[in-house]
Amino acid sequence: MDLEFTAAEREFRDEARSWLARHVPAAPLPSLETAEGFAAHREWERRLAADRWSAVSWPEEHGGRGASLVQWLIFEEEYHAAGAPGRVSQNGIQLLAPTLFAHGTDAQRARLLGPMARGEVIWAQAWSEPEAGSDLASLRSKAVRTAGGWLVSGQKTWSSRAAFADRAFGLFRSDPHTPRPHQGLTYLMFPLDAPGVTVRPLGRLDGKPAFAELFLDEVFVPDADVIGEPGQGWRAAMSTAGNERGLTLRSPGRFSAAAERLAALWREAPEEVAGPLTDRVADAVIGARAYQLFGYAQASRLTTGEDGAPTGDLGAAASLNKVFWSELDLALHETALDLLGPAGMLADDADEAPAHGRWADGYTFSLAGPIYAGTNEIQCDLIAERLLGLPKGRR
Amino acid sequence: MRFLPSTEQREFARALDGLLTASDTPAVARAWAAGDHKPGRALWGRLAEAGVFGLAVSARHGGMGLLPAELTVAFTELGRHVMPGPLVETVAVAAFLERLDAGAATEWLPRIAAGEALVSLCADGPYALDADAADAVLVVEGDTVRRAEGHGPAQASLDPARRLFRPRGGTVLARGPAVTSAAGHALDVARLATAAQSLGLGRALLAQTVSHVTRRTQFGVPIGSFQAVKHRLADILIALEFAQPLVHGAAAALAAGAPSAGREVAAAKVAAGEAGHAAARTALQLHGALGYSEEPALSLWIRKARPLRDAWGTPAECRRRVLAG
Repeated sequence: MDLEFTAAEREFRDEARSWLARHVPAAPLPSLETAEGFAAHREWERRLAADRWSAVSWPEEHGGRGASLVQWLIFEEEYHAAGAPGRVSQNGIQLLAPTLFAHGTDAQRARLLGPMARGEVIWAQAWSEPEAGSDLASLRSKAVRTAGGWLVSGQKTWSSRAAFADRAFGLFRSDPHTPRPHQGLTYLMFPLDAPGVTVRPLGRLDGKPAFAELFLDEVFVPDADVIGEPGQGWRAAMSTAGNERGLTLRSPGRFSAAAERLAALWREAPEEVAGPLTDRVADAVIGARAYQLFGYAQASRLTTGEDGAPTGDLGAAASLNKVFWSELDLALHETALDLLGPAGMLADDADEAPAHGRWADGYTFSLAGPIYAGTNEIQCDLIAERLLGLPKGRR
Repeated sequence: MRFLPSTEQREFARALDGLLTASDTPAVARAWAAGDHKPGRALWGRLAEAGVFGLAVSARHGGMGLLPAELTVAFTELGRHVMPGPLVETVAVAAFLERLDAGAATEWLPRIAAGEALVSLCADGPYALDADAADAVLVVEGDTVRRAEGHGPAQASLDPARRLFRPRGGTVLARGPAVTSAAGHALDVARLATAAQSLGLGRALLAQTVSHVTRRTQFGVPIGSFQAVKHRLADILIALEFAQPLVHGAAAALAAGAPSAGREVAAAKVAAGEAGHAAARTALQLHGALGYSEEPALSLWIRKARPLRDAWGTPAECRRRVLAG
């Protein structure tokens, strides 16, 4: 139960902290959900990449620092504590890249990772369909074999970042005649401006185009843009999904920083407002610390294992993270809005919104947490069946 | 950094688990509740041989020095097996006497380490746990500590194995700021040990309930196949899994003498106490009327959860401590 950082870990923290202190923009960037804001965030990714901070855990040959999982946790703590911008390249760096490392080819990695890290190519997800949400394996968009590749048709929806992104990745049914729905799916990538692709931005709850519908009409995807074996896409996608709902999508640093800001808000609030909210503020602070320490334990388990045998994969334990961080995020933001009182109701683009609308925007975003990356109801089923060993039943 | 129990710590846990499993702790707890302390004291001696009470006693008094991490390992097992007695109080008194370094230290610490002395402590409210079974009861009031010379009648509590007494009279052992400071330290140790006990109690409640809902059939299927049942149990696993690192982290902070130790211990106490209590509520609900019956051993676990959640710092007190800076 050792919480002492090594000299190398402390050095890494100092280096990250001082770089961030010098480079994080003083004023927040314009909203990521506008063309202008998207461009500004892309530019920020370029700056991060220039000094090899955009994907610290990648190998050096791809522009990373070969950082350990603990170092990545440290980087994230510093990043969020510094109030640095949201990561427009997250879909690529945290979701697609791990899949490319595990299932891609050398040529794919050489071609795709550099532009991804530099923010030159921003990736969108293309998983859900109008009739395939929690039951993702029932998806119907298809990929039909053609000379040198595939013709892809169908409809994807709630495609994160797709309103402004450059390319997308997702699953398509390449064999409609398999005994089980998880079989016959192919994982592939395509440009959002390819012939046959129509992007229709969708407003999220507050009207901002944070995702989009994608209509695909015989879009040509070359063989070089298939990840892994055709028909074996489910396994590759699930390794990505595990990463998404587990530690890497929502690092503890994000919540530690938010909990610090919440505690500051509580200390500044008038006693008649702060007093009744004491328990909830304390619970948010406790929750953020719990997630941080849980992350350290998880990183230790992944790299050294309980008995010196690294587990390498979070497995169903990723579902514990997902439920915990999404509930924590909601509680943090709801408590912040309560502390802010009447001003807490202001939308994030209102002139008078406190903290540049950060809490309001975070609140809206937190409402989606229990839904995306696999709803919390599905996660609780996975926890019950795979971690507790309860019998399968009807969903 | 490697934030996981070491091989030695895991072996220690397994050894205690084995010892307690073989000792029929539910029967020990029932006897204790009926005022028969004999089986409990015998087991207490074996726990001392395994090294449990030496974890809060320095080497010069026959212990291993204060080892908070090992203490959390031990108390998790004690909670898992509903071991009765002033366990928390005895290690808290050991930590208190080590810090105070008064004459009483030489008298009591070697006996605590050897498992010969059960000591209760009254420092958080008017009652001392198991004063009738204890060889000594220390009472801390402000900057004064005294050894009580007697106690009032037993007050039954929600957990029949936790009988409470008002200590009476006694002679002053020490007075002054050193007492206040040592009592603050003892409170942290008591909170940490109680948090670990709640965690172990919750783990046992979850395991027993998972086993029950897997075997119990209604409407022709195991009730554990229903989502409403699954999700309650998933929530308990989440609560326990996220309380555990707080308990281990608080032990590390206490061991390092970190300035944040008091806050970390309070956070661990809130999370583990609430998780253990939630586990009891869920165990009760999912066992249905069986859970509401005294006779099955499960009732021993269910009835202990609430007192552990509230002992040595209620959740409200501990939440305030977390924010106190």
